[in-house]
Amino acid sequence: MSRSPVPSRSPASGKAGFGWVPAVGYLVGLLTVLPMLWLTLAAFRPGSDVFSMSWPATLTLDNFAYVLTEVPFLRYLANSALVSIAVTVIALLLHTMAGYALARLRFRGRGIAFGLVIATLLVSLPVILVPLFMVTLTLGMVDSYAGLIVPSVFNAFGIFLLRQFYLNLPSELEDAALLDGCGYLRLYWHVVLPLSRPVLAALAVLFFLANWNSFVWPLTVTQSENLRVVQVGIASLQGQYAQEYQYVLAASVLAAIPTVIVFMLGQRRLVETLKTSGLR
Amino acid sequence: MSGLTMLVPRRPSQARAGYGFFALDGIGLVVFVAGPALLAIAIGLFDVDGFGKVEFVGLDNYRLMARDQLLWKSFGITATYVALFVPLAFVVSLCLALLTRRDYPGVGLVRTALFLPNVISLVVVGVLWKFLLTDKTGAVSSILAPFGLGDVSWLSDTALALPTLVLISVWFLMGYQMLIFLAGLQDIPQDLYDAATVDGANYWQRFWSVTWPALRPTSFFVLVTSLVNAATGVLAFDLIYVTTQGGPANATSTVIYYAYQQAFLYGRFGYAAAISAMIVAALIVVTGALFAATRGGAIR
Repeated sequence: MSRSPVPSRSPASGKAGFGWVPAVGYLVGLLTVLPMLWLTLAAFRPGSDVFSMSWPATLTLDNFAYVLTEVPFLRYLANSALVSIAVTVIALLLHTMAGYALARLRFRGRGIAFGLVIATLLVSLPVILVPLFMVTLTLGMVDSYAGLIVPSVFNAFGIFLLRQFYLNLPSELEDAALLDGCGYLRLYWHVVLPLSRPVLAALAVLFFLANWNSFVWPLTVTQSENLRVVQVGIASLQGQYAQEYQYVLAASVLAAIPTVIVFMLGQRRLVETLKTSGLR
Repeated sequence: MSGLTMLVPRRPSQARAGYGFFALDGIGLVVFVAGPALLAIAIGLFDVDGFGKVEFVGLDNYRLMARDQLLWKSFGITATYVALFVPLAFVVSLCLALLTRRDYPGVGLVRTALFLPNVISLVVVGVLWKFLLTDKTGAVSSILAPFGLGDVSWLSDTALALPTLVLISVWFLMGYQMLIFLAGLQDIPQDLYDAATVDGANYWQRFWSVTWPALRPTSFFVLVTSLVNAATGVLAFDLIYVTTQGGPANATSTVIYYAYQQAFLYGRFGYAAAISAMIVAALIVVTGALFAATRGGAIR
């Protein structure tokens, strides 16, 4: 599904009017981020001042310092980083291979394989939480990094998206490589993966965000504090420091910073991929 | 599939590569997604307490479900949540897409701002709104106090908690759905608008005669994903866990949340699995309908 370049973006009507559209856009955009800005500001307020509605007289880093030193929050951040990066890398490798096989390689049972992907597209984690927990328990992976990582890798959406991408990719380079006697594994590594760079960048952002932000699975599969990820850490802080909101707010800001940075870096690719994923 | 592929001699290694490339993901999908979905049905036939007790009880769990008032209440809460959330999110995100569709200075920044709530985690979203909606001292109460609404308990009033969660969910998801709509809008040929304008159509007439019909596939996709998400996704779990814990008086205890509590709070794994099985059955019906409606592979 090759897409023609974006058609002219001049105002639809041809009239230059609609002066109120930008104004409303700015206002709605500002109102949308205002709650997040307010929380960020409150995280820098002294504890007695968190609910104040005025501009703070003093800004302090104490809340952040407390969270980073008195709570093993650095450990939570490191766990989240490790798990999200591991899942992202493994998932990208496996899904590119599977997506490529489904799009390009002919093998008996490919229809069934694709059917499996489609059938699992709408199965969400909360629905299978109990049986998935029991499978993970049976495999001896409960309360371990493997338990955090392995079950999170398999995601039909990623496979489906990559299959669509490979269906629309011109095959000349692959054909040339195959005619040269290149094996499929080398073809995958030296031709297919480099060609996939744009979609991989977008999926990397998507997978990283999804796993950094995931809550219910780490909550279910881990017990030990050593394995606690950042989202579970915040939820438990919230119970622990119900009277000292400033710490929970500081922790939330710390947890949100990497997601906003990763999103900003990958924004363009992500938006393009969402737009052209064929998922409409 | 390009014609050139056909010219490349078919080699037996192609099938082998196909199996090899799909194998790991295939096994993973079966073990960690499809398997558990089917397993829910099987586990639902047992009494499993998480301490090693596994006893076949046949349909007892399902009979129990029929008499479980709180379960039926939670089905009702999920239905209400979906019925409020799906249309509201649809209309809001379509309006946002129309608002950010054309280029004007800073439109990229506006789109980013609208998408930003979707980037931070639902746990942080929960903390954020719980903080803003704190009774009496929260920012929302302070802002609304001059209007006599300073004493409203947004998250601890049984009538208000669920609608409040719906609004928070819309705020969270609207940017994502807006992007999907923007993609759909981008595909509508400009000539259609030009022709309608020549015919003297005003903005609303152009919307209803050009935009709305052309957006039908996009709208369908948004509705289906939003419905599945709201009914069974983490949206209805993470947020509730952090903000209301299903309260007040079970007013925000969705089916997903109820099943979680049954399993991991009360150790009734078999019963929770039976509830999951019911949801899986409903999902199969929805997926089947989706598959039929899009004629299978036609979703490409």
